[in-house]
Amino acid sequence: MGAGHPLPDGRVGRYVALWIGIVLAAASSNARAQELVVDLSSHLIAISTAFTGTDVVLFGALDGPGDVVVIVRGPEDEVVVRRMVPAAGIWVNAESMVFGDVPGFYGVASNRPIENFADDPVLERQGVGLDYLRLYPIDPGDATDEEIDSFRRALIRDRQREGLYGADIGQVLFLGDRLFRTHVHFPANIPTGQYTVSALLFRDGQVAAAQTTPLIVSKIGPAAEIFAFAHNSAAAYGLLAIAIAIFSGWLAAVVFRRG
Amino acid sequence: MQVYLPIAEMTVPALLILGMGGLVGFLSGMFGVGGGFLMTPLLIFIGVPPPVAVGTQANQLVAASVSGVLAHWRRGNVDVKMGLVMLTGSAVGTIIGVWLFGVLQRLGQIDLVIALSYVVFLTTIAVLMLIESLRAMLRGRNGAAASRRTKLHHHNWLHGLPFKTRFPKSRLYVSALLPLGIGALGGLLVAIMGIGGGFFLVPMMIYLLGMPASSVAGTSLFQIIFSTAIATFLHAYQNHTVDVLLALILLAGGVIGAQFGTRAASSLKAEHARFLLGLMVLAVGIRLAWDLFTPPVDPFNVTVMSEVMR
Repeated sequence: MGAGHPLPDGRVGRYVALWIGIVLAAASSNARAQELVVDLSSHLIAISTAFTGTDVVLFGALDGPGDVVVIVRGPEDEVVVRRMVPAAGIWVNAESMVFGDVPGFYGVASNRPIENFADDPVLERQGVGLDYLRLYPIDPGDATDEEIDSFRRALIRDRQREGLYGADIGQVLFLGDRLFRTHVHFPANIPTGQYTVSALLFRDGQVAAAQTTPLIVSKIGPAAEIFAFAHNSAAAYGLLAIAIAIFSGWLAAVVFRRG
Repeated sequence: MQVYLPIAEMTVPALLILGMGGLVGFLSGMFGVGGGFLMTPLLIFIGVPPPVAVGTQANQLVAASVSGVLAHWRRGNVDVKMGLVMLTGSAVGTIIGVWLFGVLQRLGQIDLVIALSYVVFLTTIAVLMLIESLRAMLRGRNGAAASRRTKLHHHNWLHGLPFKTRFPKSRLYVSALLPLGIGALGGLLVAIMGIGGGFFLVPMMIYLLGMPASSVAGTSLFQIIFSTAIATFLHAYQNHTVDVLLALILLAGGVIGAQFGTRAASSLKAEHARFLLGLMVLAVGIRLAWDLFTPPVDPFNVTVMSEVMR
């Protein structure tokens, strides 16, 4: 490396190492058994006090022709969807529906439009794409299918507005026949927890191979410590908050009395 | 500079928060109010979840009232006995309010209740304030007609209530139930609306209790320190909705803003200040009412269970 070309914070080095690893893996004799290899530029997204979102790059290699679909799912949670209705002119929350196992983040990318290489039944079976994302009410009660669907679509709309569910299908880029990569963007408001990044290899309209790799989103630094403190020792946190307030209020009065 | 707020779980520009604190601090210094009724809607407006806005605001108000009460304390304008009786009521009100807050949060109605209480309180107080200040202005214009003799306070059924108690500092002999009840209502406001309640307590103490104007501000601030502290603790303990970092940034802005506000206030007539404050409070009330009556962009809304039930 010449002095005039400094490496930006070692990132390029990491990418190169990753690429070499993937190419070696794909080229080795063992790769016969492994039709699909993927890895991420990072398995940890650290949310610090200055976090404004980040990109993660997924790299992969195939051992032959085929199409690739990448699915990123965030940690699951129960979610309440409520519908507002006007009551005496004021909009108030009325009916509600609780959905279980709702991913906190969901994104799909493929190398070309999915409908060009996979049929709806296959996509439905694999739960690929927002249309086939499995979201069911925990207790549907006597709600009709249309009602459930309108709540389900409202949930997806809300997550799309938040930037947590991909608005449409992202792009997997092939470099030559075998190597591919895609960018996944994570906005500032992503939930923390365990994510899974899955790659599906489609051949002749069927899933020929799949690989899943984990991704952890976690708070680090002071923000994480404050959050953990506030939740794990709520009483102490409350008392400390009051103490800080009393002290700073007193300090402000003293400082500005002289000024 | 962007700052990630650990409890609100969002990234905001630090300067925006500092500026908001400064603006509200300026206005509160100018008009002598806590400014919680302006800050909570502002926080909600920039995207802070309403429960976090309320909990954090309670925390910020502890600091604001501590620094406010010190000046009154030095001048001997705090009726400690009256403050303690009100405080007892307000502790009960705050505890009930925070419990109610949690219940409403789980029912999905807390945002509506916060907005409705704001609309009702702000518009009522604003209209009363506007009428009163307009009268004062007209009286001022009509010369010294204001010097007509009035009784210290009117005697009505309120003075027939039991548990009559002497409050030597305020030279009052009234039922302890009155300050208790006023305190309880004030505590409820602190818990649900994230305001100190000064703009409710002060008129109540003047008109209902008949306290001398000199000790009203100090005594209400004295009482507000404790009610906001209780609210802070309970919101932190039960609802995990107090963001210390957000409170500190708001406070820093608020302290600086208040200094300029106090200076600006000296060049403003009292009734003009009250008139302007009334207009401002009314504007906030109308803005919030507008949101209640406007059809939402999307009639559906989504809440993550673990954020409410933890």
